[in-house]
Amino acid sequence: MTTIFGVALPVLTGQLLIGLINGSFYALLSLGLAVIFGLLRIVNFAHGAFYMLGAFAAWMLLNYAGIGYWGALFLAPLVVAVVGMVIERTMLRALYGLDHLYGLLFTFGLALLLEGGFRHYFGTSGQPYAAPEALRGATNIGFMVLPNYRGWVVLASLVVCLGTWAIIEKTKIGAYLRAATENSTLVQAFGVNVPVLLTLTYGFGCALAGVAGVLAAPLFQVSPLMGSNLIIIVFAVVVIGGMGSILGAIVTGYMLGIVEGLCKVFYPEAANIVVFVIMAIVLLLRPAGLFGKDS
Amino acid sequence: MSATHADTIVMPTRKSPVPAITFAGLILILAILPAFVYPIFVMKLLCFVLFAAAFNLLLGYTGLLSFGHAAFFGGAAYVTAHALKVWQVTPELAIIAGVVTSIVLGLIIGVVAIRRQGIYFAMITLAMAQMFYFFCLQAPFTNGEDGIQGFSRGNLFGIIDLNETMNLYYFIAAVSVLSLALIWRIVNSPFGQILRAIRENEPRTISLGYSAQRFKLAAFVMSAGLTGLAGALKALLFQFATLADVAWQMSGEVILMTLIGGIGTMAGPVVGAGILVGMQNFLATSGLPVTMVLGGTFMICVLLFRRGVVGEFLHLLERRKG
Repeated sequence: MTTIFGVALPVLTGQLLIGLINGSFYALLSLGLAVIFGLLRIVNFAHGAFYMLGAFAAWMLLNYAGIGYWGALFLAPLVVAVVGMVIERTMLRALYGLDHLYGLLFTFGLALLLEGGFRHYFGTSGQPYAAPEALRGATNIGFMVLPNYRGWVVLASLVVCLGTWAIIEKTKIGAYLRAATENSTLVQAFGVNVPVLLTLTYGFGCALAGVAGVLAAPLFQVSPLMGSNLIIIVFAVVVIGGMGSILGAIVTGYMLGIVEGLCKVFYPEAANIVVFVIMAIVLLLRPAGLFGKDS
Repeated sequence: MSATHADTIVMPTRKSPVPAITFAGLILILAILPAFVYPIFVMKLLCFVLFAAAFNLLLGYTGLLSFGHAAFFGGAAYVTAHALKVWQVTPELAIIAGVVTSIVLGLIIGVVAIRRQGIYFAMITLAMAQMFYFFCLQAPFTNGEDGIQGFSRGNLFGIIDLNETMNLYYFIAAVSVLSLALIWRIVNSPFGQILRAIRENEPRTISLGYSAQRFKLAAFVMSAGLTGLAGALKALLFQFATLADVAWQMSGEVILMTLIGGIGTMAGPVVGAGILVGMQNFLATSGLPVTMVLGGTFMICVLLFRRGVVGEFLHLLERRKG
């Protein structure tokens, strides 16, 4: 059997794949955080809760409305976006003029409210959600056997991430968004409706978390607490990457997922904390983060 | 956080009799309270009052929001429990071991975290505390999900039996009052003035020749040590230390206590801890989902009530005056 550094190849590729999948979720979630933070200057603590909401929306669509995976992939993020936009319009808006810490505290409360609510009504045990018919089974791709759904998750998250990057960097609405990030007062003076832009941006960031939730539903069980531990790792990812850049958030997300996967092969005891250790090292050497530009 | 609550801080003048009277009143209340209220409840309350006051030293007076104070609280609780159970030392030594642990943890986390400010500081402390949580989850001495439990409280200084509820009560009350007095003293010292200057305007404080980083680290370590003392007392009181003490929800709870009571006020953490511990006691029997209510309270406080109970009260007094 082929071995690399004394580790059997299937073990290595298997963990790499798991790392790549975790990295897909890190990338999707930190991308949403970066988009929201860029314009609204709010660290969205509720991002993990919105991810959970996306997964539950898919589960509810299936069980209460009979809408399957492909429908949910579009509808669930929409539901999450609408919830997010309502919250932004009615409550979050009042905090824009204040210290950024209040935004963090408010969304922390929101996360507790959503997770506490779902835990009260659905319990802590997860609900199963089956992968769609077309993506079941596995394909032999020469050096390893790839479960189809896992391949799909990596592909889909890549497409969504790059699509988001293209929208922000290459389209007119993206140009508005970037301009408003630099100087929102001036953009408003040019006749762009900045308050609506803020609402849409928050909704879009939440929708990204919702997409991640739907993608995660067949992989992990749909449970109220699925987001709360993930969000802290994503925070560390964001600190490592620096919140300034969209592409930085995506690259750091995948990179750390893979590092974590490799760590599981070579030093499994530290796999849970490797991201945090990297964060501490990066902060000591480069406080602004790998892709951050410090003010 | 600075601008919004700067007006709520009342600086007591050096000769003012108010602090002395307040502390005398506090001692009097604590002396007679067990006659009316279940002493275990009062002791639990005191532990959280101390926790919130230590946290407020950092948030209210230095302007640093830590999202990782559970690491100090729970870390000290674990070491105190371990010292009592395995090393079988006297309780005061076990508490000292717990406090030293939290000071060391505070130094390590502080050195990393003070490299960034504002929300980054919050996220870094959260991540570092989560790292400690995973360490506690895997380290053999914490017994994983079971926690450390089933040990005797021992004899204080080898003489006073702390398994007697009233002995324990007076010990915890004395330690709490002394710690609160210490916090009051820190806040109202030249050192505390510099901390406040950093909170109000860090670049200007640096330009005056103060090393802001060093002062922030000192405040962080002091806050961590006092938080550790609260955790150690809690472990002694309930005779167990579990993962719940180091989990991020605990960090969130102490933020909420300080926020409800009033950030940057001396009495705020006392009132806030009272409200939250009382609320949890009530909710535990009511069947309402605790986390959901806490989350909702958080949102309402941030939206409508940022000064907190004590802060609003002081604000009203100010308005009456002028």
